[in-house]
Amino acid sequence: MDMNYAPAVPEIVLACLAMALLMAGVFGLERGRTVSWLSVVSLAVTLLLVLAGGTDRVVGLGGLFATGAFAVYVKVLVLLGSMFAIVMSLTFNERESLDRFEFPIVILFATLGMLMMVSANDLIALYLGLELQSLSLYVLAAFRRDTLRSSEAGLKYFVLGALSSGMLLYGCSMIYGFVGATGFDAIAAAVGNGGEPSLGLVVGMVFLLAGLCFKVSAAPFHMWTPDVYEGAPTPVTALFSVAPKIAALALFVRVLMEPFGDMADKWQQIIVVVAILSMAIGAFTAIAQENIKRLMAYSSIGHVGYALVGVATGTEEGVRAVLIYLAIYLFMNVGVFACILAMRQKGNAVENISDLAGFSRSRPLVAGIFAALMFSMAGIPPLAGFFGKFYVFMAAVNAGLVALAVFGVLASVVGCYYYLRIVKVMYFDDAGEDMDRPLPSEIGVVAGLSAAVVVLFVVVPWTITDFAGGAASTLFSG
Amino acid sequence: MLEVGLAHYLTLAAVLFTLGIFGIFLNRKNVIIILMSIELMLLAVNINLVAFSRFLEDMTGQVFAMFVLTVAAAEAAIGLAILVVYFRNRGSIAVEDINLMKG
Repeated sequence: MDMNYAPAVPEIVLACLAMALLMAGVFGLERGRTVSWLSVVSLAVTLLLVLAGGTDRVVGLGGLFATGAFAVYVKVLVLLGSMFAIVMSLTFNERESLDRFEFPIVILFATLGMLMMVSANDLIALYLGLELQSLSLYVLAAFRRDTLRSSEAGLKYFVLGALSSGMLLYGCSMIYGFVGATGFDAIAAAVGNGGEPSLGLVVGMVFLLAGLCFKVSAAPFHMWTPDVYEGAPTPVTALFSVAPKIAALALFVRVLMEPFGDMADKWQQIIVVVAILSMAIGAFTAIAQENIKRLMAYSSIGHVGYALVGVATGTEEGVRAVLIYLAIYLFMNVGVFACILAMRQKGNAVENISDLAGFSRSRPLVAGIFAALMFSMAGIPPLAGFFGKFYVFMAAVNAGLVALAVFGVLASVVGCYYYLRIVKVMYFDDAGEDMDRPLPSEIGVVAGLSAAVVVLFVVVPWTITDFAGGAASTLFSG
Repeated sequence: MLEVGLAHYLTLAAVLFTLGIFGIFLNRKNVIIILMSIELMLLAVNINLVAFSRFLEDMTGQVFAMFVLTVAAAEAAIGLAILVVYFRNRGSIAVEDINLMKG
């Protein structure tokens, strides 16, 4: 067996750095802030190694691990998401007495799991990466262990996450049994040999998809999302809404396009139904929400629905649209959570939408950024969110899924209501309590950066779209 | 004399797996039972993997089963830790008491 370690070097380095930081934390570096900055540096080093690895498809570790332009693109997004989450947690953790060195290190291990998921080329590697990520995230959800809310979020996430892992694993075992191997290449060969795929293989694929739908919180497997988003500490919610979701959606795309690419007629109808349900639930249930983190949970369910529209096409154009969507989604969500972290009154974090009344007078700049991000989320041109949806719906129309695209447009019109309601509360409602000053500088930097990306995307869209196009083409070249 | 074949193992695993899923959703009493149900699901998968491995004469399934066992142990450890934290805050681990946030 050919053990080529080269493609896995970024992951190996990240694992070593995370363990070294853990030791450093145990034997001296007790301040969370120092370890947090060192963790950000570790992620930056990993990011550079990922970029230095090049975009050619290389298979390593005896066929368990594959990297290429697609993996590099997604890994860059995942690493950026984790870095932003750690940076945003700095001041929050100090104020809420969560300032423990384990916090960034658990995020590092979760990120390692996500990188492994993205590069998995075998069902065993897929499962191990997914579990490393999930187990770390259960701990993070319950990290504020002295409050009932956070521990309840952790417990709910654990039970439903373990259930979804079980379903995914059952699917893996069926696929293994009816193919006789666990490698993606072997499965692709068995699926693509012509003839009707066996029933066991289809059952296995459906279970695998159900497990993955849980991980990306697509309806009808979304019920954990609002509770976990509401209960977890806000920086953790920010992490949940970007990095794991991007990694799981990328895994979703890879599993469907690589091993099961020739069974598109079987999975397309499932994905179409899941996308429609997710968009509908994201659009309608968010309307009644009062808690902004809960609202963001429903909003993320809706966004997963839009991304799945691109997956349902099964074409290269669709995958490119999904990748562009994920990049834009990352910056929009990070920015929104930076603004949510800026919501503090009299030293306490506030989370209700009504608390935002008069935000535009007490903090005009942050309110302006928040409003721009909300317009982008709603998909109003010329902001980035519009282009994300535009590419996805164009791909769906070109693939003949016109009804799905029309439904998506209608759902995003309904979605406008609750995004714009936040803008209305900030600008037109009578002022309540003023928000605290000053804003921690790193929160301001993250919010400003993501707002800049969202606003400037229309000027230089090719920076993201070219990269995404190259990444998508690698899945269809073989 | 009945010959025990692959189908028997698969049926057994499917029954255990279904019991695990129903154990999670139907049980209203205790979170520990949910943890046991999760374990039952994972062990059903292991029966599947080992049976397939035996009948395909391929070792991959047994290797996979080993990994599943290891991860299941880690998962149980984390699950129990979260449960202990929850119990300290709530003073109860009854499923119907986990209701602070409503979906």
